[in-house]
Amino acid sequence: MTETHNNQRKQFILLLSLAVGMFGFAYAMVPLHPVFCEVTGLNGRSSMGAADPIAISQVAPSDREVTIQFLANVSHGMPWEFRPTVQQLRVRLGEMYATDYYVRNRATQAVTGQAVPSVAPGYAAKYLHKVECFCFTQQHLDSGEDQHMPVRFYISNDLPEEVQTLTLSYTLFKVPAAQTMRLASSKL
Amino acid sequence: MVAQAEEVIQHRSKLLAYIARWLLTTNHKDIGTLYLCLSFTLFFIAGAMAMVIRLELFQPGIQFAEPQFYNQMVTMHGLLMVFGVVMPGFVGLANWQIPLMIGAPDMALPRLNNFSFWILPFAFGLLLSTLFMEGGAPNFGWTFYAPLSTTYGPPSTDFFILGIHMMGISSVLGAINIIVTIFNLRTPGMTLMKMPLFVWTWLITAFLLIMVMPVLAGLVTMMLTDRHFGTSFFSAAGGGDPVMFQHIFWFFGHPEVYILILPGFGIASQIIPTFARKRLFGYHSMVYATLAIAILSFVVWGHHMFTTGMPVTGQLFFMYSTMLIAVPTGVKVFNWVATMWRGSMTFETPMLFTLGFVILFTIGGFSGLMLALVPADFQYHDTFFVVAHFHYVLYPGAIFGIMAAVYYWLPKWTGHMYDERLGKIHFWTAVIAVNLTFFPMHFSGLAGMPRRIVDYSLQFTDFNMVSSIGAGLLGLTQILFLYIVIKTIRGGEKASARVWEGADGLEWTVPSPAPHHTFEVPPPFPPMMEDNERTPLNE
Repeated sequence: MTETHNNQRKQFILLLSLAVGMFGFAYAMVPLHPVFCEVTGLNGRSSMGAADPIAISQVAPSDREVTIQFLANVSHGMPWEFRPTVQQLRVRLGEMYATDYYVRNRATQAVTGQAVPSVAPGYAAKYLHKVECFCFTQQHLDSGEDQHMPVRFYISNDLPEEVQTLTLSYTLFKVPAAQTMRLASSKL
Repeated sequence: MVAQAEEVIQHRSKLLAYIARWLLTTNHKDIGTLYLCLSFTLFFIAGAMAMVIRLELFQPGIQFAEPQFYNQMVTMHGLLMVFGVVMPGFVGLANWQIPLMIGAPDMALPRLNNFSFWILPFAFGLLLSTLFMEGGAPNFGWTFYAPLSTTYGPPSTDFFILGIHMMGISSVLGAINIIVTIFNLRTPGMTLMKMPLFVWTWLITAFLLIMVMPVLAGLVTMMLTDRHFGTSFFSAAGGGDPVMFQHIFWFFGHPEVYILILPGFGIASQIIPTFARKRLFGYHSMVYATLAIAILSFVVWGHHMFTTGMPVTGQLFFMYSTMLIAVPTGVKVFNWVATMWRGSMTFETPMLFTLGFVILFTIGGFSGLMLALVPADFQYHDTFFVVAHFHYVLYPGAIFGIMAAVYYWLPKWTGHMYDERLGKIHFWTAVIAVNLTFFPMHFSGLAGMPRRIVDYSLQFTDFNMVSSIGAGLLGLTQILFLYIVIKTIRGGEKASARVWEGADGLEWTVPSPAPHHTFEVPPPFPPMMEDNERTPLNE
């Protein structure tokens, strides 16, 4: 009888730790999912970090040209005007280009924003390299303030044949005041 | 005076004793009854919500329910049916039957069993209370996709989160209890491969529960911190990703739909041999097919997300792995048919419900195969075709399974035979009403009617009227079911220990009604059936 009880206790603990482990597994998806998406370029997730500008100097520009379109969206509750200054560009693969986005704070108070990039088609995201982008940092605008925000990028030579047009889309989100402060203090 | 006071005291202590009996019980039969009563109650509440939905959809335009209220009805109907009706229904059957079928005196962890049950009324009380709150109940569908449920969810979403947490804890503890019981308390001689199939399917279901309910708990916890504590798991503004919500949800959600059907497979595998008077065909392949379905269920979740912009390789992987599930499921269906082949069949109510289960579940399985095809899914996604599909696998699947089991074992539980004539009427009206309700949804879905919307275009009117009439009939039929169950509890023809001529297994060796305590001494296995000339089920 006691042997059965020991067995039961052991099995109970094992099964309970399996449950706790699966709870942890849900959280393990949080770091794994973006890594997986960035590596495979799934989900149109585009890198939030700067590409190495030296890499470009080592590749010879190819003759192939593609179209890149620029989109701007503002999320719910974001009081900013936000648009690309150029709608689309014809670009040659392997060459560096620069463009910019215009942004203006229409609110009566200062607002901090964060732009999040997305590329379509999703699997082409990893061929679009941003050397400089306003999406790498948060933007802070006083009431009525406006500015031009630069993007410098190149598209690598090995972009799949069938891709003729890429779309680079930015969505501007409002950063809650609490988070702005926390980020500021973490920088100190 | 004194006598009167004594009477009051006596009456009060009787009431207290009655409450304590049900509140503090650790008896597996009592707890099984409690689970089944809860499931039955919520079945009528969630069914009433379905009636509101069908009433609104009887005609195009907005008649009875405002869009917000309609969305709440759709959400609560789904949540209650999945978590409040089918899951507790199966757990109730497990509590009643597993100890009886393996020759155990009770569940292995009886006090935990009591705790698992008594969490549930509070969890569902919390969920139902949201209907009366300012801002209304959750209105984002039972899949509660972010950001609909995080950024835009009503204040009551937090009650929903807590409710999900509580019923998740209940399910995990219940599942652990079932596994520990099956592993430790089988009567000597009953090896794993000699267990009745209902026990086998529940063992596998319990493992699925332990693996995926905590993932759901993790998901709603992330929602909670996203809503109130400044995290951004699912908010792109803070570097999160709403698509990740769908991945985590469906990693839980797909095994969950097998949790809702595997015990039903087990029930069909008990009932068909009884009424075909033959041994189950292909016992071993049944066990392995169940295992295969359970394992495959972990790698197919992406088929719910074909339209999220998944690359072609991902779509192909999820399409093929989904279609692979048809193989073990087909094995099961063919085994049931082979069991009936040349059997001397009779068609009592449990058998009728099981036959309805096999045929109609197979139709639902076929529409599932259609949905698994990526190019076709782009058309079917978010239409009523999906609604038709999952109602075909859940109503004639899970619900018919539970009803078949109730008719099959009710004489064992109550000691009375149910009214066979009324049972047959119940079956035939139910099977006609189910098809009347859900079959037209295939057509309206293929023609492009979107799901989860309060209004629809004029051309879908006829199909929706037919569906609504069917739904009304289906609702009425269940009142007949309630009447039959109550009538059987209160009296009726005495049931013998074996109840069914062809029944086999340990549960039929105890008298009907099953005494409060059974198998205090492990029974011999294989069981000695009364007037048994045939060989036992698994020799």
